[in-house]
Amino acid sequence: MSKIDTNKPLIEVEGLKKYFATKRGMLHAVDDVTFTINQGMTLGVVGESGCGKSTTGRAILRLLEPTGGSVHFDGQDLLALSAEEMRHKRQELQIIFQDPFSSLNPRKTLAETIAEPMEIHHIFDDKLKREERVLELMDTVGLARRLMNVYPHELDGGRRQRIGIARALSVNPKFIVCDEPVSALDVSIQAQILNLLEDLQEDMGLTYMFITHDLSVVNHFSDDIAVMYLGKLIEQAPSEELFAHPTHPYTQALLSAIPEPNIHKKTQRILLKGEITSPIEPKPICRFAQRCNYATDRCREGEPCLKEISPKHFVSCFLTDDM
Amino acid sequence: MNEEIKNTKDLELDIKNLVVEYRTPGGVTQALNGLDLEIEKGKTLGLVGETGAGKTTTGLSILQLIPDPPGVIVDGSIKLAGEDVMLKSEKEMEKIRGQQVSMIFQDPMTSLNPVMPVEDQIAEVIEMHELGEDGKPISHSAAILKAKEMLELVGIPGDRGTEFPHQFSGGMKQRVVIAIALACNPKLLIADEPTTALDVTIQAQVLEMMKGLREKYGTSMLMITHDLGIVAEICDTVSVIYAGRVIEHGTLEDVFDFTRHPYTEGLFNSLPDLDHRENRLKPIKGLMPDPTNLPKGCAFCPRCDYAMEICKTEKPPRVYRNDEHYVECFLYNEQNIKEGGLLGR
Repeated sequence: MSKIDTNKPLIEVEGLKKYFATKRGMLHAVDDVTFTINQGMTLGVVGESGCGKSTTGRAILRLLEPTGGSVHFDGQDLLALSAEEMRHKRQELQIIFQDPFSSLNPRKTLAETIAEPMEIHHIFDDKLKREERVLELMDTVGLARRLMNVYPHELDGGRRQRIGIARALSVNPKFIVCDEPVSALDVSIQAQILNLLEDLQEDMGLTYMFITHDLSVVNHFSDDIAVMYLGKLIEQAPSEELFAHPTHPYTQALLSAIPEPNIHKKTQRILLKGEITSPIEPKPICRFAQRCNYATDRCREGEPCLKEISPKHFVSCFLTDDM
Repeated sequence: MNEEIKNTKDLELDIKNLVVEYRTPGGVTQALNGLDLEIEKGKTLGLVGETGAGKTTTGLSILQLIPDPPGVIVDGSIKLAGEDVMLKSEKEMEKIRGQQVSMIFQDPMTSLNPVMPVEDQIAEVIEMHELGEDGKPISHSAAILKAKEMLELVGIPGDRGTEFPHQFSGGMKQRVVIAIALACNPKLLIADEPTTALDVTIQAQVLEMMKGLREKYGTSMLMITHDLGIVAEICDTVSVIYAGRVIEHGTLEDVFDFTRHPYTEGLFNSLPDLDHRENRLKPIKGLMPDPTNLPKGCAFCPRCDYAMEICKTEKPPRVYRNDEHYVECFLYNEQNIKEGGLLGR
């Protein structure tokens, strides 16, 4: 394995766009999103349903073809690759899906599921060796070897998610998109899986993009956090900085809304007005203006862009211009 | 001594030794194994536990809505304001449901009728239970008027009442479900994970609204949830449920600050700490026991870091720390439960 240099970018996303055509116009699921993830680091992406966090993850892997922008992986332009080349490339870029109940083929045994990516990428064409590798992977993710021939329906959510992780690891990837890998699990199981993902990162030098709506999980797990709202990246900072100095009004409201299991800490809750607006043909104004407690005319006339307000802390809000 | 104190409490809900089984050809699932639960008038109890612990079965038992077959209430009693619901006929239960007790279900996407305007769905409950000023069943137009008021109460403009569920967002659908549940001003509201399907900012709005309504009407509440953060926010007392039994119960302060049961400790330790993000999580090892084949002794024994020999074979007794706070665990006796310090937390 090559050395991990946490100052060297592995994933560079620039101006990434993904639009979907709908009957009522273009739906801007991801709109001009830019970020980099360095080797061996974890970028947490948070936001509410429909903010485009999963779409961003999928667009990077080209499971959804981006509408615009660029994605570089280890210096290589992924969007320039042909479909065949991209398929080959996915050996290095894997994904773990949210729902361990619908992301596994019900007709394949556990061992078959884990071996499938290796078949596709022709790793260990020798059957015995591949089987050995499957058993190794099962050990790595904490699945008992006796479960080799069981089908997904015989297993609980935690074990199924371990299959999803083993499958992603089978091809020795460098980068894994974790799309809400623990949100379908109970807290005690969730902690088991989070620890497993942390250990794997340490042992294998993996780089993660960790998509979640759970802010306490993302704080625990990520080096940097990007907050998305309606297809836009509105704030990004190292985790500690973001929790210490949330600057965008949406980030502030989001963090204040976390129910904490502590009866002595009374956080002043910032309640937002209304609900998320439609991402179809959005006007070129601040997308949060309608719910924002601080919105001024300027926010309803133009669109703010991402600015660095302190080292590595980026915010897209007109209010910060005055600071 | 404890008995005496209980008798003086004014209880809205009093469940004693409830045993519920689901009998299927594949085996008998022991969903509830002697569950005790009490809610005082006007108070909110948080029922906390993981998938399969029996939380929803508890809610359904109170309403006598356990699917039968395969569900059977084997033993125990459920008293609502002193009256045993298990002695009620189906006709009497129909009057109780929606009027005296109502339930908010977890998933607002599937608990509304997709082909009926929302105001009609709210009016349905009102027509079922309420009488007009003349003492006759309330007229449809009067019920619709009341339905619109309910919508306003939960923060939806009344003139949107003629719209269908698909025209609402998730948060608004849950508000409609809450409006239906509160339409007849129930004494007890059972909320089964009411905000789990919602985003955090919307969750905050809905919780804030529920708090307000609870104060306004003095409703007692059973808050079923897996989220200790929500419990800290909204509940007065907490019952932690594991494999169909309450293994720790107390006031919010008892359970959060004087945690005694190893499982409750495990639940707290599994949560990432916002203030100490570097701390490694300490998950509970293993998985929930198979409810068709529960351990002979303490149900938590196979996953417990403090398990002793006796835990494998015998059911732990209930030990009280004060009049309210108790645990079911062999670690404790009447002396050391007051001192604590046995757990790592």
